[in-house]
Parts: sequence; C-alpha cells; structure tokens
Amino acid sequence: MHEIFVLAEHRQGELRDINFEMLTLAGQLGGKVTSVLLGSGMDDFASKLAGFADKVIVVDDAMFESFNALDYQAALAALIKAEGPHLVIIPNTGQGADILPALALELGAPFTTDVIGLAIEGDKPVATRAFYGGKINGRIEFKDGDLYMVGLREGAIPAGEGGKSGEIVKMDNPVAATAANRKFLSYEQPPAGEVDITQSALLVGVGRGIREDKNMPMMEELAAAVGADLAASRAVVDAGWLPSDRQVGISGKTVKPKLYLAVGISGAFQHVTGMKGAELVVAINKDPDAPIFQYADYGIVDDLFKVVPALTDKLKEMKG
Amino acid sequence: MNVVVCVKQVPDTSDPDTEVHIDSSGKGVDQSKFSFVINDADNYAVEEAILLKEKHGGEVTVVNVGTEAANQVIRMALAKGGDGAVRLDDEKFSGSDPVALARILQSAIKDLSCDIVMTGCLASDDGYGAVGVALAALMGVPHASYVKTVEVAGDNKLKVGRELEGGLLEIDEIDTPCVLTIQTGGNEPRYASFKGIREASKKEIKVMDLAATGLSEDQVGEAGSVAVMVQYSVPEVGDLAEILEGDPAETSAKLAGILKEKGLV
Repeated sequence: MHEIFVLAEHRQGELRDINFEMLTLAGQLGGKVTSVLLGSGMDDFASKLAGFADKVIVVDDAMFESFNALDYQAALAALIKAEGPHLVIIPNTGQGADILPALALELGAPFTTDVIGLAIEGDKPVATRAFYGGKINGRIEFKDGDLYMVGLREGAIPAGEGGKSGEIVKMDNPVAATAANRKFLSYEQPPAGEVDITQSALLVGVGRGIREDKNMPMMEELAAAVGADLAASRAVVDAGWLPSDRQVGISGKTVKPKLYLAVGISGAFQHVTGMKGAELVVAINKDPDAPIFQYADYGIVDDLFKVVPALTDKLKEMKG
Repeated sequence: MNVVVCVKQVPDTSDPDTEVHIDSSGKGVDQSKFSFVINDADNYAVEEAILLKEKHGGEVTVVNVGTEAANQVIRMALAKGGDGAVRLDDEKFSGSDPVALARILQSAIKDLSCDIVMTGCLASDDGYGAVGVALAALMGVPHASYVKTVEVAGDNKLKVGRELEGGLLEIDEIDTPCVLTIQTGGNEPRYASFKGIREASKKEIKVMDLAATGLSEDQVGEAGSVAVMVQYSVPEVGDLAEILEGDPAETSAKLAGILKEKGLV
C-alpha cells in the first residue's frame, strides 16, 4: 500500500467528525495517510487533522471559502495527478457524494460509494456496502487500476485516538478560475419549530410503520401519556405528517434524550445516526429483523396498532 | 424547458413485511415475494419535472433501464404528465454498476433534446447515489446532487437548494443543460388521474436494446462496471434488544413497568 488521500470536510467554519473516522480507517489500512484540506484561512483545522495523519496538504485559497463540487473536483484531480496516491477516501456526505463519481470518472479510477467497511487484499481495496436498507451487506471488488476511490459512510468507523503529528504542507491552488457553470450562493438554515427536540428529555419517534396520517392522533396520545415530545423519521416528514424540525437523523437533528421510544421505525442508518446517543431506546416494530432492535435496549415485536393503544391506556392508568 | 427524468423500479422494502433473503448464487436476492414500486426519490424527481413543465412549458421524457415489468412505473410517470418514454432493456445490462448504468442512460439521453436531466438522489435497494453525478460527468455538463428545491433563474440558469446534513440547504446557481439528483420531501408527488392513466396507456414506450444504444458488450453490465458486487452476506448483529414477550396487554404492561422503574414516567 502506498499513499492514501483523505479529503477533509468542513462546513461553515466547522471541521466535521467524519474526518477523524476516515483518517482512522486510512490508518488501519497501512501506508502513508495524507489529509487533503481545501479551504480558506483555516490553520487550526490543519493542526487538528495532523493529529490523525502523516501529512496534511493545505490549499488555502479564497476559492474554497464555500463549497463548490466542480472547483473541488478540479483541485483534487490536479493534486491526485501530481502526487499519485493509490487510494482516495471521500466522505459520503452531501458534499463528498457531490464530487466522487465525477472525479473518479475524470481520473479513470475504479470507485464505489457509501462503504461501511474497507480492507486491502493484495494491493487492492475490497469494500463492504449495505444493501436493501441495511438488511444485507455486499462485498465490492474493483476492476484493476492504479488509483481507487471510495466514499465512506458517516458513523461507520469509530474514530480512533489519533496520536500522530503529521507534517503540514502548503500547496498552491492548482485551479486557475472557479467553475463558470455552477456557483455557490448561500446557506439556508432549516426553519426552527415550536419544540426543539434536541432539548427534549423524552421522545416518541414516529416511523413509516404508522402507515397513514390519520394514525397520528394515536401517536400524539401516546406521547402525551409518556410526557414526551414527538420526533419522526424522514419518511414521516416527507409525507408531511410532522414538520421537518421533528426529523431525527443525518438530514435532521441529533438527539440525546433519556428515552427514545421508536414506533414503526425500521432503523435505517440515516435515522439511527441521529438517536443512538439516547440513554434508553425502546422499539415497537412488527418486523423482528428490523435493524432498530440492534440499537434498542427493549423491544416489542408486534403490531403497533395493538401495542400503542394498550401502552397509552396502561400509562394513563398508572398516572391515575 | 425539456426535462428527462430517470426512474428505477425497486422492491418495496419500506413495507415491514418485506423480508430480504439472499439467493443460492449469493449474488442476488429472492424476489418472489417482493412487490415493486417506483424508487421513492425518483417519484419526487418525476413530480419536480412535471412541476417545471407546468410552469415553464416543454416536455418530460421518462427514461428507465429495466425489463418489461418496469412499464408499470413508466406508465405511472406518463399518467402524471410525462410525454414520452424510453426503456433500455437488454439482458447484457444486468449487473451494471452506477458507471455502466450512467453510460446506458446516456446512450438514450444524448438523442433527446433536454435542458435538465433528473434522477432520484439515491435508490432504496442498492443505495449508491452515484448514477446522476456519473451521468453528468459522461455528458460533460454540471450537476447538483441531493436537490430539494428547483427554480428557474433566468435564461439557461437554475437556482437549486441541495440538502446537506442537519437539513442545511446549500443554494447554488447552475447552468443548463445540467443533471440534478432529487432528494425526497421537496414537493408532494401527485397521484395519477384516471384520465391520465387512460391517456398513458396509449403513449409509446420506446424500447432500446444493446444494439440500439450503440454501446459494445464490454461497456455494459459487469464488464462495463468499475466495481462489482460479488457476494451478499447477512450483517453481523451486535447485542439485540431484550424482547418483551406476550400479547399487547402484557408487553405494554411490562414496558410501562420498566419506564416507571427507571423514573421516566
């Protein structure tokens, strides 16, 4: 194994956790770990990354003050051609997934996205990916190449301790001009709602399993009986049954309540990422194989339409 | 504003009754008990395409890589407002990774006059989320992925909102022609009307096989892929929840007791 490039991800002045997960993975594979940081005026990021890398390449240029996938692609293509890494790890995030397939095609590199595991066999990477919402895994083998690229799923690899102190190397921006056909304009914060579920001590999470809007009152009654606020999976928010500020998961909120009672939630990683920090997780789902039971402390495998009213009555009765 | 919208037919794994079993080859899953639906994100892409057409005119063409069974999802997109459709169907296409799929799609799209190509941002079965971005690279046009909002912002320009982690929207301006991969939740996919369904049954679905695409065998399927899924496996599971046994009255009483004991209620 030779050099591994890891693209650093940052947003709105914040270095994201995925960096340390990717660098930890790269360190486990062996070889020289190089973090590639494209940004503008962020020396503190470079020193943080150096704790997990053998080398940090910093391209400090106003062009990278905000994210533009096409500018990132151009800069990474030039750096990769110049430095010749054997493997490039990109975050499988809203930013990274916007770069990887186009960059890999430009460079003729075999690639795959959203990997949850990566190993080196011989001189080639072999990846593990989740299929069918995490119900099964698949082993991905690459065609032969001089360069391979993968996108790593957030939260798939626990970040290690670091303990390195890589050299920080500043390089000139290899890109002459920003892309003419795509421009970053601004960020728009998601609207705040009446309840901030990141502050809730008790949450009842509602999933697609409730099937129809007309079943929401049943969930509201359960939440009232528990004394909890309502949270939701993406499917429920997409359907308009609860507002987007109630969404838990990667594209929503990260919550850490004392109790997360997941009802009709299968437990896709996008959702679980946002609630696995809850102190106590209880899941009600009719599918015994639903991934949510891997994250729950207690589970009820049954029809939620029978369990929820019974539980609501029981709780009301206990409260008198 | 002509829009091409790429749709995929997938097993309805959102249904909790859908179990996924690996077949004897280890490279496929038992599909006999699946019901099939349009991929969720593609459904939002179809709606976004039709909304643009209703506001700005033009035509919507539905493109699919699939067997005759996929006609069901194509017809539904036509019934909602699609004008024409192309289905790319050849047994040599099976096993295609996102790169090979993008190449197959491009072979049909290159002959269509279009300003925007839309795909769903992610398929619910294999979840690569890569076809749209790869397609843009092959077409040599700009792209934006995970798009939740689309507005026309002048001649040959769109303003799009890309959904990032935490629900933050990244607002970009992008020139047409371009490829947008559409995220769920940005619109309300309509139901097809009876009139629409009747009319859709009369619309032609053009079928293209490998020969019609002009591609060679080594550009499609596993041969044309850069990475291949070689073996499915059942994931190792960690500690499972303690399952409370009994009928609903019993399990709910047990759970209420646990919550009380822990001082949560």
